[in-house]
Amino acid sequence: MRVRAAMIVALAAAGSLGSAATAQGQNRGGGPPPTPRASAPIDFTGYWVAFVSEDWRLRMVTPPKGDYTRVPLTPEGRKVADTWNPAADASAGNQCKAFGAGAIMRVPGRLHVTWQDDTTLRLDTDAGMQTRTFRFAPAAGPADPPSWQGRSTARWERAAVPRRGDQDLLGAGPRPAGGGSLTVVTTNLRAGYLRWNGVPYSENTTVTESFDVAPHPTGGQLLIVTTVVEDPRYLQRPYVVSSQFKKEADASRWDPTPCTSTW
Amino acid sequence: MGSNTVHLNVVIARTALGVLLLLLSGPTLRPAYAQFDLVGSWDATGNEDLAGDGLPVDYTGYPLTEEARLRGLSYSQSQLSMIERQCQGWPVFYFAQGPFGLRIWSDTEKANGTPISYTIGAWENRAPFVIWMDGRPHPSPNAAHTRAGFTTGHWEGNTLVAYTTHMQVGFLRKTGVPSSDQARLTTRFFRHGDVLTVLGIIEDPIHLAEPQILTKNFRLSSAAISPVGPACIAVFEGTELGESVAHYAPEKNPFTDEMTAKYGVPRDAALGVPETLYPEYRKKMKPRPAP
Repeated sequence: MRVRAAMIVALAAAGSLGSAATAQGQNRGGGPPPTPRASAPIDFTGYWVAFVSEDWRLRMVTPPKGDYTRVPLTPEGRKVADTWNPAADASAGNQCKAFGAGAIMRVPGRLHVTWQDDTTLRLDTDAGMQTRTFRFAPAAGPADPPSWQGRSTARWERAAVPRRGDQDLLGAGPRPAGGGSLTVVTTNLRAGYLRWNGVPYSENTTVTESFDVAPHPTGGQLLIVTTVVEDPRYLQRPYVVSSQFKKEADASRWDPTPCTSTW
Repeated sequence: MGSNTVHLNVVIARTALGVLLLLLSGPTLRPAYAQFDLVGSWDATGNEDLAGDGLPVDYTGYPLTEEARLRGLSYSQSQLSMIERQCQGWPVFYFAQGPFGLRIWSDTEKANGTPISYTIGAWENRAPFVIWMDGRPHPSPNAAHTRAGFTTGHWEGNTLVAYTTHMQVGFLRKTGVPSSDQARLTTRFFRHGDVLTVLGIIEDPIHLAEPQILTKNFRLSSAAISPVGPACIAVFEGTELGESVAHYAPEKNPFTDEMTAKYGVPRDAALGVPETLYPEYRKKMKPRPAP
């Protein structure tokens, strides 16, 4: 009998442990879920400066008209690129066409990331003075009209907590440290430019971005933003670029400058 | 209580204990936690310029030391017609600079599935890149350097981190900017859906004024990429063995201002002056007339 009693206790304990683990995984005993801000697996807030180590001549100077190297444009997209007229953009008040969400992370400049509230991450740029809002909660009310930065929904991609049974399969070295990344999907955009020289994306574009951080070897942090631009009108296939930023200690080099139609 | 009953109780108790231990420890024969599947064929998306080999003197985006700049300006691509230099190849970081896709496979311990290594297949001008996951140490600093170097790796959350040392002298830029045998590479692999983003951080105390940071993107491919590229076969191209090595006096390199003439890129930027990699450098540039 004592053996059977021990068995029952063991199974009951196992069951209750399993239930507790499940509850913890869900919501720590039924309380309100933590806000996206409180549960952020990684901290992106602060000032970041672009490190222009790729595509320098396409980002730091305005490329010649018709230079759409490595952009998989459709024939219609090439026609639009070939008619680029920066003066017309300026006179029409469209100086920010190269500062939209499809291209803003490639613009050489600085980012300032803050929490606007518990469910909204805000990203400001000094180049072009643009503001992006990444909403973790569904936006309330009717949709806004299309804009340069569109409507962005965000979610955390979390690294799972290691379980004992997995440890042996991870290989040697430091144990996984949790963490994660941020995924942002942006739609409701105004048509803009992927490059200064009028390489277009349309208002039907979807921009999917992944934000990752990594340590810099001399201290500090790196922010890596992978941008996937999908445009059924002007792109034959997704356009994928990744941009790197170094963290800065403060706002001393923050230098807001308005949009320009040439660079 | 008969012996059969005692035996049954022991069996039941052991089973219960086993169930308890299983629940406490978690299953062991399933894909490892926090580990994405790196194995497969990955096409380079090719939307960014990482090679920078369009013009002979295009060091834009590289924070070079003065020594690296002078070495780069002394380089002539005619060196590649010398038999002994045709297959000199590239350090391992060329996998994140060149135009090629990746074929990645793993070796695992047969008994328990523990990863021993990941290998990124070779190409004509790049050696295979083996990432050892089994905890072996890096060799002595005096050990032989190879084109592939020596790499160890580990997982940090959902990121595979690899660290490479012991590379041979090679190139940072295909057009002559050198890398030294003291260069180190830290690589991070991020996977988001079918997109693999590789972050490569190159440190070279001789040729880089600060760490170089590169990222390159790949997309999972259903078509298999070959694990090896074509062999490099040196052939006679008119330069006899033992002839002098083609080169320029650095201050007389005829291509120094080609980037400026063709694209309006300032000379400092074309020559990889470190400050040109930061946004404020734009303020020093002369505005260009609208095209």
